[in-house]
Amino acid sequence: MDILSLFVVVPVLIVLAMVFFAKDLKRARIIALVGMLVQLAMSVNLIVKYMAVRNGGDHSIMLFTRNIPWFAEFNAHYHIGVDGISVLMILLTTLIVIAGIFVSWKIDYLPKEFFISLIVLASGVYGFFISLDLFTMFVFYEIAVIPMYLLIGIWGSGPREYAAMKLTLMLMGASALLLVALFGIYFYSGMNGQTPTFDILELSQRQMPFDAQKIFFPLAFIGFGTIGALFPFHTWSPDGHASAPTAVSMLHAGVLMKLGGYGIFRFAMFLMPAGALFWQDFFLILAVTGVTYGALSAIQQTDLKYINAYSSVSHLGLVLFALLMINKTAWNGAMLQTLSHGFITALFFALIGMIYGRTHVRDITKMRGMMRIVPFLGVGYVIAALANLGLPGFSGFVSEMTIFVGGFSNHDLYKQALTVLAVTSIVVTAVYMLRLTGRMLFGPVTKIYTNLPRAFWYEKTAIAILVVFMTLIGTLPFWWLQFIEESVDNFIKPLI
Amino acid sequence: MNLDTFMLMRDEIVLTGILLILLIAEVLWSPKNKKGLIYLGLLLFAGYTLQSFFSMGTGSLFGGSFKAYPLVNFFKASLAFGVMVILLQSVEWIKQKLLPNDFSAEFFILIFASLLGINFMVSSGDFLIFYIGLELATMPVIALTAFEFYNHRSVEAGVKYIMLASVSSAILLFGVSLVYATAGSIFFDDIKGALQLPLLEIIGLVMIFTGIAFKISLVPFHFWAADVYEGAPTVVSNYLSVISKAGAVYVLMTLLFITFRVFETEWNWIMYGIAILTMFVGNIFALRQQNMKRFLAFSSIAQAGFILLAMLSNDQMGVKAIIYFLLIYIFSNIAAFGVVHIISLKTGKENIDDYNGLYTSNPKLSLALMIALFSLAGIPPVSGFFAKFFLYAAAASKGYYVLIFIAVLNVTISLYYYLLPIRAAFLRRNEHPIPYFKIDIFSKIALVIVMVGLMVLGLYSGVFSYISSISNIF
Repeated sequence: MDILSLFVVVPVLIVLAMVFFAKDLKRARIIALVGMLVQLAMSVNLIVKYMAVRNGGDHSIMLFTRNIPWFAEFNAHYHIGVDGISVLMILLTTLIVIAGIFVSWKIDYLPKEFFISLIVLASGVYGFFISLDLFTMFVFYEIAVIPMYLLIGIWGSGPREYAAMKLTLMLMGASALLLVALFGIYFYSGMNGQTPTFDILELSQRQMPFDAQKIFFPLAFIGFGTIGALFPFHTWSPDGHASAPTAVSMLHAGVLMKLGGYGIFRFAMFLMPAGALFWQDFFLILAVTGVTYGALSAIQQTDLKYINAYSSVSHLGLVLFALLMINKTAWNGAMLQTLSHGFITALFFALIGMIYGRTHVRDITKMRGMMRIVPFLGVGYVIAALANLGLPGFSGFVSEMTIFVGGFSNHDLYKQALTVLAVTSIVVTAVYMLRLTGRMLFGPVTKIYTNLPRAFWYEKTAIAILVVFMTLIGTLPFWWLQFIEESVDNFIKPLI
Repeated sequence: MNLDTFMLMRDEIVLTGILLILLIAEVLWSPKNKKGLIYLGLLLFAGYTLQSFFSMGTGSLFGGSFKAYPLVNFFKASLAFGVMVILLQSVEWIKQKLLPNDFSAEFFILIFASLLGINFMVSSGDFLIFYIGLELATMPVIALTAFEFYNHRSVEAGVKYIMLASVSSAILLFGVSLVYATAGSIFFDDIKGALQLPLLEIIGLVMIFTGIAFKISLVPFHFWAADVYEGAPTVVSNYLSVISKAGAVYVLMTLLFITFRVFETEWNWIMYGIAILTMFVGNIFALRQQNMKRFLAFSSIAQAGFILLAMLSNDQMGVKAIIYFLLIYIFSNIAAFGVVHIISLKTGKENIDDYNGLYTSNPKLSLALMIALFSLAGIPPVSGFFAKFFLYAAAASKGYYVLIFIAVLNVTISLYYYLLPIRAAFLRRNEHPIPYFKIDIFSKIALVIVMVGLMVLGLYSGVFSYISSISNIF
């Protein structure tokens, strides 16, 4: 068993252990936690090994690859491998799942099933990040999406059935578009008498005809874009986030939505460069609209989860925006933003979940002075808010700065103008973030909440994990960028 | 012809033998203990299923009227396997409903006769055997549909089915006679070479297609399906929606791909249109169904539409995709019907709303339902996903991207209604769900078999490779 397949196999083992041994909440959460700590050890080990191999002078595009025929008649392979970005994404996933387990420490309704669904979702995400074959990728993508239905539907709050159904149908509909694009790529790769292939490294060597790229690129882009909250296909996300239980919101906004940007980077643009350049200007408009629209919508909201959901639409819009700018700086920023937003938004949702668990209210007009009642959570919230609006020292600043520099460095008035438009979102973000913290955390204490319990150890652990990594990205951006840069160099080549 | 070639018909011979044994046993069996007959029937059929997996070789009999080749042998074995699972599911039902009326042996005899008909139909080399097989496959099922004769819905379903089945047979026969009139032969191999007068032959083909489309319940020949499935005993609906449909699909495939290959351009657009119609009608009508049997009826109509996607490819890829899909479809639909059957037999409840909170009282059954529906909807890692994927691939290989787009749109629609029973069982919280009950051992075995099949057949590619290796039927 190679070290990458273990990332998919261990979750399956965790699930099996859970099925047979988890009788109650205590056992279930211990099994989940121990299993994910194994994953963490493996993720760290992967980073160490990866750096060792790269420092050893191996500059091949993908490392630790393994290629096993799956459906040999269709030339569909189980082909996996990692480069710098996937390594970081795996670490991000592991950390957020662990934080999610801590946040769900006291989940009371069907705990075993909850952790099983969570781990299945995670295994799909791991598989997606390591796959180098479109077929493998698609299988894992769908495995990652479908547990959301149960997670939101069973453990959610509010209109959970509606939100779960909406999310599932929109994401599955998007994956349907993706599927058409997949077949397009596959069959056009066999045009010159070669065997058609799903393998992305092989596909990148073959030229797909421009006319076909023009048709299939937008399908792939919208397919991935929907899960990456591309305007106007983002509408599943606020409802989904608002109804989802805390750990699921974290995992969803922190990791699952990243599949969109990652997929566009790894598959759509890499395999259809001409199509990407052709559609670039059009999709840029959508991306910028998403950025500003998300930020403006967040101002209007009073529900904490909705605010953060729209903020996610805005910040993930920046990822798509940066990818469409097609230059190295912007792409580095995009990938950094993917990571950074993963930690920030997971922290937000964790805190919102903790506050909601105490007050049973998410409306910011109904609670004040939370800083005095739950100081730990209050401080955590301030940190998250500052990171989100891009304060230097936290991850948000580095990544967004890189994106805007990259965007503006295009010698093209159209793109520069759009960049300026996108930059305004930062100001708007500052408005809603500061107003929110001011209203909710400071001021006179709302009387009915004076006796709320302070943060428990497991809550503190979850917050600490996320804050530490957020700060690490903000203060040591170059350590993270070294992973990203080499990968971006390889994947931007067909486009410039 | 010698004994060796005669043994190409081993499946049919053994099945006929079983039929006769059961007929005699029914007469001789002590009337006090008819229960033993059920086990005898099961045992004999298990033997038949086992032997059907051993290769019978290739060749033809009676001057080409009967053909055997690896693919058809594999297909018959799959059907036998499916019927075996259905029989396991029906044991409890036979004991409860048929045994008091002393009808248990008749049930087995009729099912076996129908399977015998399907076997002849799929191996037929001329229209005569084909038609005899088709009728032999249909007639016993009509009787089975009306088997719960004290239940007026069952009888009504039987009458509906016999009326429409005979009309469709008549149309089919008319089509056959037109083809015979122009080609001068009823042998498929001769017809293939003799097709000259397009218009009359195309009319003939369309009529033959109509007759078969009725069996597959393609739109616009689907009207019987929902009523008959709902009225018939659940095991019979299961048989109708799976075995009988799969057999008809196989025949349609061989007719179109081999015999009427020259008319490819003509029938391609017919398939194209009917595929779209069938998918949309099946899916849209399934959206609002409350009764699980009607629900599955429309779902199986929609599934038939998906099969037509691969018909368009008209090459080996299509054959692989169709056979693999049918195999998975047999598993998924039997599983879904099986769960519905168990619940309806124990509690008499068949509506989706009755399933509210099922997971809290019957978790294993709910999981089985979920896996079956996921497979029908095509969600990985359940094998239904792979089956659908290859159907699309077959259509995409000929460049039908627009059709695939419509198909995946339909998959999204279908996902909505496939999630409804799952929503009821898992998401809805209910103070008084269907109480916990013990599942009888035979149904349990049946469910375990199909569940393992659904999880393994996709992730493990060996079965698909095997189908690929024998799929060259041209």
